[in-house]
Amino acid sequence: MSVVPAGVLPGATAVQDGGAGPAAELGPPARLWPSLAAVYRAQLSRARVARIPLLFVATFQSIGIMIMMRGVVSGGSEAQYVVAGASVVVVAYVALNLLAQYFGQLRASGGLDHYATLPVPPAAVVLGAAAAYASFTVPGALVTAAFGSVLFGLPLGNLWVLAAVIPLAGAALSGLGAACGLLAPRPELATLFGQLGMSAALLLGVLPPDRMPEAVRLLRDLLPSTYGVEAYARTFAARPDWVLVFTDMAVCAGVGVVSLAVATWAYRRAAVR
Amino acid sequence: MCAVRGLTKTYPALRGRRGVPAAPEVRATDGVELDVRRGEIFGLLGPNGAGKSTLVRQLTGLMRPDHGTVRILGHDIVAHPERAARILAYLGQESGALDELTVSLAAETTGRLRGLDLRQARAERDAVLDELGLTPIAGRPLKKLSGGQRRLACFAAALVGERSLLVLDEPTTGMDPVARRAVWSAVDRRRAERGTTVVLVTHNVIEAETVLDRVAVLDRGRVIACDTPAALKERVSGEVRVELVWRERAPLEVAEVAALEERAVESGRRWTLRLAPEEARAVVATVTGGAAYAALDDFTLATPSLEDVYLALGGAARQGLVKV
Repeated sequence: MSVVPAGVLPGATAVQDGGAGPAAELGPPARLWPSLAAVYRAQLSRARVARIPLLFVATFQSIGIMIMMRGVVSGGSEAQYVVAGASVVVVAYVALNLLAQYFGQLRASGGLDHYATLPVPPAAVVLGAAAAYASFTVPGALVTAAFGSVLFGLPLGNLWVLAAVIPLAGAALSGLGAACGLLAPRPELATLFGQLGMSAALLLGVLPPDRMPEAVRLLRDLLPSTYGVEAYARTFAARPDWVLVFTDMAVCAGVGVVSLAVATWAYRRAAVR
Repeated sequence: MCAVRGLTKTYPALRGRRGVPAAPEVRATDGVELDVRRGEIFGLLGPNGAGKSTLVRQLTGLMRPDHGTVRILGHDIVAHPERAARILAYLGQESGALDELTVSLAAETTGRLRGLDLRQARAERDAVLDELGLTPIAGRPLKKLSGGQRRLACFAAALVGERSLLVLDEPTTGMDPVARRAVWSAVDRRRAERGTTVVLVTHNVIEAETVLDRVAVLDRGRVIACDTPAALKERVSGEVRVELVWRERAPLEVAEVAALEERAVESGRRWTLRLAPEEARAVVATVTGGAAYAALDDFTLATPSLEDVYLALGGAARQGLVKV
């Protein structure tokens, strides 16, 4: 069906150029921010199609936990942890669990080849996907926080803190999720890591820390979402200690940077084998 | 354009585990040497497991070879695999990364990740979708499309953001004739206007014969022949292929048929024979008369195809190639 003989093509005179001549000019690379925006937009659109039912699951799960805890916890600082923890669990479910599954599948099915053969910075692929998954948790986390505050009679005035807590906890957890998905040798293991991470965020985040044994409390301190929970829980106080709130957020941001850097490294490693 | 020298990749042996049998080490590509010229459609033909995809992954910088060099347009791809993405566009066999996007967004995003700005990416997206006849389904997610349409959409994404080399791994799998025609005319247009080079992986013999300028025949990781399809077929031009399909079983009680048995490649009720023309005539005379005819379901007589070339060159797989 090919009707153009190779001999008449433009530039076909140098037939045996063998790739040995002077190097030809390369096509343009994709710059970080535009390609990050493109990946973000694409991921958000696929999340819209495929993930809405899962978002409902995440939200109902958190609301269910709070209703359950209502029977155990009466109020005070314990209630603050329950509400803050349940809100952050929504973020953990989507950013950690679902993103680990997504990257695990993408790696196993050879879907990473698509990105690896485009001149796009690895950070753009990882950050774009992480940002899309994290921003997708916003409505669920807000609904959970508002419902919980009403349920436990906590003030709603500092709900705006979630605007900082969600992206920071989201960055830390989605970096972790992406790294799990990209490093797991098999997609089932990626799913398992994601689920375990989410269970950890659930148990260590929702339960009040005062009654935990020392070892578990140490584990809790290692989990990046803890600092998001702490920051948000502090704002329920009558006169919040804003220095501590922002310190917690700063720790969360630091962990986020590290975990996204690890995820980017994992992507590079997975893309070229 | 593209020069490959001594390319070797060995997959390590796998130790047996529960449920997973041990596998010996495999040379997926074994000292491959190729020269692809500018503006040609160069084919890699071979059965499954011949090493085509491994070779392509090494050309595109996705896999590092153990030994050997790949130079594309003067760039060393083994030393700088990241440069491959700025020279070539690759259409792999998997669509996983694009599956949940709409056709339009898949093409646009790919263009942007190939370094186009938003305006350019949208303009090229519209032009390519229009060229391939995908505009009516531009708003549908790839997942909801048939296999052939999805493949065409991935091909569209590969074309957005012009590249001087297209590496296509079985691009027309599952496509109907209309879609296939759209693919080959899009390729031809780019060749005629911009001198675009194409490296095409296929195991489809008919497609290889009709679209390729030159073809490398791969078998167990080695290039066993490399020439134009016509020149390759010239090597077996003294032969005719006879295919016999028996109703239930071959009538071995007929002496002439029994004599043919050891020269035939059997596949169920089908016998394939490569014979000199006069022998072929004699066989046809035998099987179209007497007792043998009663047992015969169908027969065909054909000039040799690239499949016969593959077999004549000592290709190991007896029926790895597709004739559609």
